[in-house]
Amino acid sequence: MRSSTVAPRLSLTQKIVQTKIIGKALITLVALAVIYLLTVNAIKNPTVFLQQLVNGLQLGFVYALIALGYTMVYGIVRLINFAHGDVFMVGAFVSFYAISRIQLHDWVARLAPGMSPFVARVIGSITVMLLAMVLCAFLAFVIERIAYKPLRDAPRISALITAIGVSFFLEYFGALKFVFSPNFTPYKRPFDVVTWTLGRQGFGRLIEGQGVPEGNITFSNIFVIIVLTSILLLLLLQYIVTKTRVGKAMRATAYDKPTARLMGINVDSIISVTFGIGAAWAGAAGMLYATAFSQVYFWMGIIPGLKAFVAAVLGGIGSIPGAFVGALIMGQAEVLSAGYISTPMRDAVAFSILIIVLLIRPTGIFGEPSREKA
Amino acid sequence: MKNIDKSTLYFIGGSILIFLIVQILVSVGVLSSFWYTILRIGAVMAIVSLGLNLIYGFNGQFSLGQWGFYALGAYSAGDVTYRWTQLQSSGGLTILLLGVILAGVAILLVRRLVNKLRGLDALSAFGLYLIGVILLAYVAVIVGRELEGPVNAMLNALPATVSKQIVFVIAVLLGGLFAAEVSFLFGLPVLTLGSDYFGIATLGFTIIVKVLLDNSDTMLGFAEMKGARGMIGIPKLTTWFWVFFFLILVVIVTRNILHSSYGRAIVSVREDEIAAKAMGIDVANFKTITFVIGSFFAGLAGGLYAHINGFLHPDTFNFIKSFDPMIIVVFGGLGSVTGTIAASFAWALVLEGFLRLLLPEGFETWRFVVYPLLLLIMMLLKPNGLFGNYEMPFLRQALPPLRKKNQSNENTTAEEVRA
Repeated sequence: MRSSTVAPRLSLTQKIVQTKIIGKALITLVALAVIYLLTVNAIKNPTVFLQQLVNGLQLGFVYALIALGYTMVYGIVRLINFAHGDVFMVGAFVSFYAISRIQLHDWVARLAPGMSPFVARVIGSITVMLLAMVLCAFLAFVIERIAYKPLRDAPRISALITAIGVSFFLEYFGALKFVFSPNFTPYKRPFDVVTWTLGRQGFGRLIEGQGVPEGNITFSNIFVIIVLTSILLLLLLQYIVTKTRVGKAMRATAYDKPTARLMGINVDSIISVTFGIGAAWAGAAGMLYATAFSQVYFWMGIIPGLKAFVAAVLGGIGSIPGAFVGALIMGQAEVLSAGYISTPMRDAVAFSILIIVLLIRPTGIFGEPSREKA
Repeated sequence: MKNIDKSTLYFIGGSILIFLIVQILVSVGVLSSFWYTILRIGAVMAIVSLGLNLIYGFNGQFSLGQWGFYALGAYSAGDVTYRWTQLQSSGGLTILLLGVILAGVAILLVRRLVNKLRGLDALSAFGLYLIGVILLAYVAVIVGRELEGPVNAMLNALPATVSKQIVFVIAVLLGGLFAAEVSFLFGLPVLTLGSDYFGIATLGFTIIVKVLLDNSDTMLGFAEMKGARGMIGIPKLTTWFWVFFFLILVVIVTRNILHSSYGRAIVSVREDEIAAKAMGIDVANFKTITFVIGSFFAGLAGGLYAHINGFLHPDTFNFIKSFDPMIIVVFGGLGSVTGTIAASFAWALVLEGFLRLLLPEGFETWRFVVYPLLLLIMMLLKPNGLFGNYEMPFLRQALPPLRKKNQSNENTTAEEVRA
C-alpha cells in the first residue's frame, strides 16, 4: 500500500487485481445460481421444500455426531482418522445384533412387566445405544493402541496410511460371511415408527394406510429422537471439553503436546480418551442412522463417514460448533441436491460445496487461521 | 554421445533385458494371460504412482486426486479408440485433439495476460482461464466435426492395424494431455490450500469425476460410455511393449526433471516453502507445474489401462481405490522412484496374483483382509517405506565431480524425506 497522502490513480488492470473482482464474480455467479434454483423450487412447491429441509435436518444431525469424532481426533493428533466411518458401521452392527439376537431393547419389559411399555422401551433403547457406544469406544481404544500409538513420532503420512489400512480391514473383515456378511441386512427398529403430520389444518398423527393430506409435511418419531439425542450428546461433549478436567487436558494437548506433557498431563491417555469419546459418539450415530434407514451393510460407514469428515472440514476442523454447523449444511446440501438436481449428483454437490467454501475460507467456516507451520 | 554414464548404460541395458525376457516368456506361453495382465497392470500402476510420487514425494502436495485424473485419461482415450474401431469414425480423435491443442493455446494466451496482471489472485486467474478454455474448446468441437471426414479418409488409406496403432498411441497421449489440462485448471485455485485441505479437495475431485462417469450417458451425453453399466468394446491394444515403453519414458522424464534446476526447485518447495520463496522460487508456479506433470502421467496410465481389459467401469475409479497410489508411494518410500516402481509391481503381484493363488478356494475375499494387515505390519515395522530414500544409480542425483568424495553424505541430507 502506498502512503495515503497522495491518492494513487489506479489503472483498470490494477483495479481488477486489487479488488479480486473476477474471482468474486465467479463465486457470486455460482451462489446466485444456487439461490435461484432453491427459491424457484421453494415457491413452486413450499411443502416439498419444507419436507426436504426436515429430512436434511435429520441427516445433518447424524452427520454431526460422526463429525465430532473426526474433528476432535484431527484437532489433537492432526490425523485424518479414516477408520472412524467404519467404527460408525460397527456401532450400527452392534445395535443390530443387540436388538435382533439378544433382544436387549426388551430387557426392562421382561424384568418388570408392570412398567409402562413406553418407559420400558425408552430405557431399553438407551441401553442398546449405550452398549454400542461403549463397544465402539473400546474398539477405537484398541485401534489407537495397536495402530496409531507406535507411529506417533513417525511421519504423519505413515499414520494416515495405517488409518486407511485399519479402515480396509474393518470393512473387508466385516464383509466376511461369518462376521457381518456381505449383504444388506434389514434392521429391526427397537421401537415402532409413529408419523405425525403438520400443516395448515394443524398437528395430527398419521394413521397407517392413510395418505398425507395436501400441504402437510410429515415427520416421524425417529426424526425427533435423532434431533434430541444429537443435541443432548453435543451438549454433553461441549460440557466435557469445556468444563471438566479431562476436557481441559484435551484442549491443552491439542494446543501444544510437549508443553502439555511438561504440565503433568498424560498425553497418551488423553489421546486414547479422545479417540474413545469420538468413537462412542459415532457408535450412537451408527445406531440412529440404522434406525432411520432400517438396514445395515458393511460398507455403510464409508459415505456417511466421508460426508461427516467433509462436514468437519467445512465447519473448520478442530472446532466442535463448526462440525455441527458443517454437518447441518452437509445434510441440507445432500437432501436438496438429491431432490432438485439429481440423486446420484449429491456426492458431487457435497464436495463442490466443500471446495468452494475452502477457496473462500481456507480453514473452514469456524476455523481459526492456520497455526500449522508449513 | 561420447561419454555416456555407466549407470545410464546399465539402465538402458537392464530395461531392454527385462522387456525382452517378459516378452519372450509371454510369446512362448510360459506366462499365462493372467500373469501377463497383472504385469501390465503393475506397470500402469507404476506410471500413476510415479506421477503421485512427483506430486507428493518430491513436491509435498498431499494429493488424492490422482485417481480422478487416471479416470479422465482412461475414459477419454477409451472413447477415442472406441469411436475409431466400433463406429469407424475419427470424430473423437479430431475433437479431442483439437480441443486439447486449443485449450493448451488458450491456457498459454491467458497465462501471458495473467503474468502481466501481477498479483492476480488464484480465483480470478481461474475465472480467466475458464473463459478462455471454454471459448476455444467450443471452437474445437465445431472445427473437429468438420475435420472428421478428411481424417477418416486419411486413416483409412493406411492398413487397418497401422491406423489402429496410430489412433491408440495418439489417444493415450491425448488422455494424458487432457488430464493435464484439467489438472491445471483445477489445481490453480486449489493448490493455494494448505496440505490436508488440499488433500480433501482433491479427494473431492476424484469423487466428482466418479459421479460424473456414473452419469456419463445421461448427463454428459456420451451414450457409448454407458454410465454406471460400464463401457465395453474398447479394443485391447495395450501390449507389454507399449506399457513398458511408456513406463521407461516416464522414468526418464521424472529423472531429468528432478535433476534439472526445476527439480531442485520442486524439492525445495517440499522442504520449506517459506525458505524456497525467500530464495526467489515461484512456489505457486512450481506447485502447478508438478501437479500438471503428475496428472499427465496419471492420464497416460489411464489411457493404457483402458486398453488392457477393454472394459471400463466407474467403480474402478471409486475414491476408495484412490488410496492405492498413495499406499504404493508410501510403501515404496516417499521420494524414491525406484521404490515406487518396485512397490507398484509388488502391489499388483501380491494383491491380484499371489494372494489369489495362495488362498484356498472360496477365500478370495480374504485377500482384502490380509492386505490391510500386511500394510499395518509394514507401516509399523518400516514407517519410511520399503526403499526409504534409496535410488538405483541411474536415478541418483548427478553431483558435480569435485564433490564426489562425500557423495553418500550429501545424498542422505539432501534427499532426507520430510514428514
